[in-house]
Amino acid sequence: MTTASATAYRVVIGLETHVQLRTQSKMFCGCAADYANARPNTHVCPVCLGMPGVLPVINREAVNHTIRTGLALNCEIPDYAKFDRKNYAYPDLMKWYQISQYDLPLCINGHFDVDVDGATTRVGITRVHLEEDTARLTHVTAADGSPASLIDVNRSGAPLMEIVSEPDIQTPAEAMAYGEKLRALLRWIGVSTANMEDGALRIDANISVWPQGEPIGDVKVEVKNMNSFRALGRALAFEIERQTGRRERGEAIEQETRGWDETSGATRSQRTKEYAHDYRYFPEPDLPPLHITRERVDALRAALPRMPDQVAADLIQQGAPEADVAELVQDRPLTDYSLAVIGAGASAGEAVTWIVHEFRRALNAQPNKGAAIPISPAEIASLLTLRANGSVSSTMAGEVLDEMFATGKSAEEIVQARGPQISGQDELLSIARQVIQENPQAVQDYRDGKGRALQFLMGQVMRITRGKANPRAVSTLIRTQLDAES
Amino acid sequence: MADELYRLTLHAAARGLRDGTFSSVELTESLLDRIESVDGRTGAYLTVTADLALEQAADADARRASGQDGPLLGLPIALKDVLSTAGVQTTCASRILEGFIPPYDATAVTHLKNAGAVTLGKTNMDEFAMGSSNEHSAYKPVCNPWHLDKVPGGSSGGSAAAVAADECLAALGSDTGGSVRQPAALCGCVGLKPTYGRISRFGLIAFASSLDQIGVLTKDVTDAALLLGALAGHDPRDSTSADEPVPDYAGELNADIGGLRIGVAPEYFGEGLDPQVGDSVRAAINNLLGLGAAEREISLPHTAYALPTYYVIAPSEASANLARYNGVKYGLSDPQATDVDEMMARIRGRGFGSEVKRRIMIGTFALSSGYYDAYYVRAQKVRTLIKSDFETAFQDVDVIAAPVVPSPAFDLGAKLDDPVAMYQSDIMTLPASLAGLPCLSIPCGFVDGLPVGLQLIAPPFAESRLLQAARAYERARGELAAPVKAIDA
Repeated sequence: MTTASATAYRVVIGLETHVQLRTQSKMFCGCAADYANARPNTHVCPVCLGMPGVLPVINREAVNHTIRTGLALNCEIPDYAKFDRKNYAYPDLMKWYQISQYDLPLCINGHFDVDVDGATTRVGITRVHLEEDTARLTHVTAADGSPASLIDVNRSGAPLMEIVSEPDIQTPAEAMAYGEKLRALLRWIGVSTANMEDGALRIDANISVWPQGEPIGDVKVEVKNMNSFRALGRALAFEIERQTGRRERGEAIEQETRGWDETSGATRSQRTKEYAHDYRYFPEPDLPPLHITRERVDALRAALPRMPDQVAADLIQQGAPEADVAELVQDRPLTDYSLAVIGAGASAGEAVTWIVHEFRRALNAQPNKGAAIPISPAEIASLLTLRANGSVSSTMAGEVLDEMFATGKSAEEIVQARGPQISGQDELLSIARQVIQENPQAVQDYRDGKGRALQFLMGQVMRITRGKANPRAVSTLIRTQLDAES
Repeated sequence: MADELYRLTLHAAARGLRDGTFSSVELTESLLDRIESVDGRTGAYLTVTADLALEQAADADARRASGQDGPLLGLPIALKDVLSTAGVQTTCASRILEGFIPPYDATAVTHLKNAGAVTLGKTNMDEFAMGSSNEHSAYKPVCNPWHLDKVPGGSSGGSAAAVAADECLAALGSDTGGSVRQPAALCGCVGLKPTYGRISRFGLIAFASSLDQIGVLTKDVTDAALLLGALAGHDPRDSTSADEPVPDYAGELNADIGGLRIGVAPEYFGEGLDPQVGDSVRAAINNLLGLGAAEREISLPHTAYALPTYYVIAPSEASANLARYNGVKYGLSDPQATDVDEMMARIRGRGFGSEVKRRIMIGTFALSSGYYDAYYVRAQKVRTLIKSDFETAFQDVDVIAAPVVPSPAFDLGAKLDDPVAMYQSDIMTLPASLAGLPCLSIPCGFVDGLPVGLQLIAPPFAESRLLQAARAYERARGELAAPVKAIDA
């Protein structure tokens, strides 16, 4: 969506990402933090309701999660951090102030490398800080037709981490890549489910557009309400167009907050500068400052898993295709599983590709998603060996896998019961001829150069042989037959 | 004696209970009768929980009958209405919390209940503990039991008046800038504010979180030591509560104070101090010297800045602490409002009194963008200087002696229209509050028939030393030649 005019302008984007942390209890009280399927206002207590006289107590695990995130984002973890009160009046905020961190956050000065089309951009991480989530408002129409607002306090006080990037992002594609990679990282280190659809990951963007060669000023537009990475990309593209248009017409860009409207595909002004909040931050007197010891940071660092970038580099070096590796490292349990499969003797290249495509398909088809993988990595490694030495075809390997999931039998057992792969020239040749005869349209399509026709004909052979044909042999046979006949 | 059980101290009543001279139910009935007969004139209570008290008293008698004992078992105590009490209305003397019944007890209240104390009810106070005369209660003023046209002091005026009028054996209060010591001085009782963090603030409805501390108002020093022992200690629900050992305050109380170094700072004896109050305090210091204590002159040069410093920090914190009262969840409600903003504005407009609104506005202003550095940050720096004045002084002295209030209780209404004159009533109690130090007020004489207090201040967590000095003075002083209280006349 970047237009020609965009080249005359420089786009400056910074992202603010809110992440709900996965902890047992809420940020400052003992209420269970996992309220996902709970009835409204059942995970509440005097503290997260903001009742008179109650006091917050810091959730240590939430602090650890924030430090883990900071370490994964190459941040410094200062010795001292503190909490502050951010004052604003809104019905979803129980105390009318939010306990957040202002000038001494837990993590500062990090960076995060993002890849788009093979080019890497290093995005600075200004800070990672910890705060509490607000309650949830639902606006409804009451029985008498008047508008009403319902408050669900379950979310109030849930631990919320904010990751603020430097304005180092220049395109919607980079912003989306940042978001996707960050989501994978947060899941990788186990600090959040990072599901956007549940609101566990929320991204706001600050964006401004400046004529090339001119200095970058202070004015920026904050865009909110993007509920998916696609929405983030679309909203930023829209803003680039809108702001570029204003620049070209010589109109000023106003400092404001705009909301993304998915239906109309546009951003709309929500709050201009004159109505900007004065949050009146001051140190939270109910909480002593946090002293983060080096021992604590070192222990957290030592317990972190290897980062996805490092694992990916290793796998690529071992011959796995980049695209498949990129896909794989989105999912830490599957990556760990793949590494175990490779450890059990499978080649990295084959294992990664096969696991990302075939294995994941079968895994996702299992009824109890999220449960531990019931097949041992060694079993998968032996199936891959059978596939590599031609004992089973690719198609058959998939079927064997399904059967392994269904029956718990080993690959060897299943393959033995099914009988060996058909590689015999005579037997395959007669089947190939039969298929060619029965499918004149596909034959014609093949001759017209439609590649998919060959796939179709091969599929027919596979159907007849119940997947036991060696695909390479079938492919060669069909082509030889068709090319010979033309 | 049985007809005047209400006049007893905690420790004397404990002895009576232990000896079987009377029961906790008899003692409690005596106090409830006393409240019945005098509270109409003092206005000390906002809520009297007679049924609950009698139930607790019967329970305490049963515990005692089964062989249990404890320093507070069966002793009737009053609670300032700033403390959350499960099932009992808690208003902070504000309209905005009218009808609010908390589902939880303050940790201090839990400690009292566990010790078997009897809770008589909730005492009157300045709204949200903001005031020095108790005239800022949204419900009714409190009158000084010594002279019913005079203020009892504030903000724990109800607690101080209840102790002075024998409407309880002792009371809990809260002290943010002098709210225990000042009314204790004006009502002639002992008022102890421990070190910040010594007693859990959980359930203490916040005014200024970095200054608020629960304190006790008692008839003598021994009672203050007994109560403090029951209340002090770390609370996992209050991250600012101190994880310091709790000494046996009552057991160590009668230590010899020979060689105790008493600091006297000229900053507390200058302009504005009523000369008769000054003489009375001076005489008390001499009394201490007679016991073998040594006087040292010290300097607390930033004392004069305590007032403006306090009136930036406390309102700033209050502006946030009081933000939650918006009528959405509890207290006042407004069914007439047509939208949420209007509702919240109307509730706060109606629910808060003028002094509370004034402090919310001062605090909101002080924290605003563009003013924050000039007010809040600067005030915090001065607070550090005040603290370091004390640290320096305590290198040479063990306790500091000073007046509590520049003059005795003033007339009801006298300062109501002059907030700054009212604020100046706290000028001698603010510095120790800003420094978080333990301090107390003990009666040391009368001026114009009204009580005057001596203030003693000690280093952090030196409550034991503070109480020992006060107790030594109390013994040396003997019974003060006191006029008859108006409430007893």
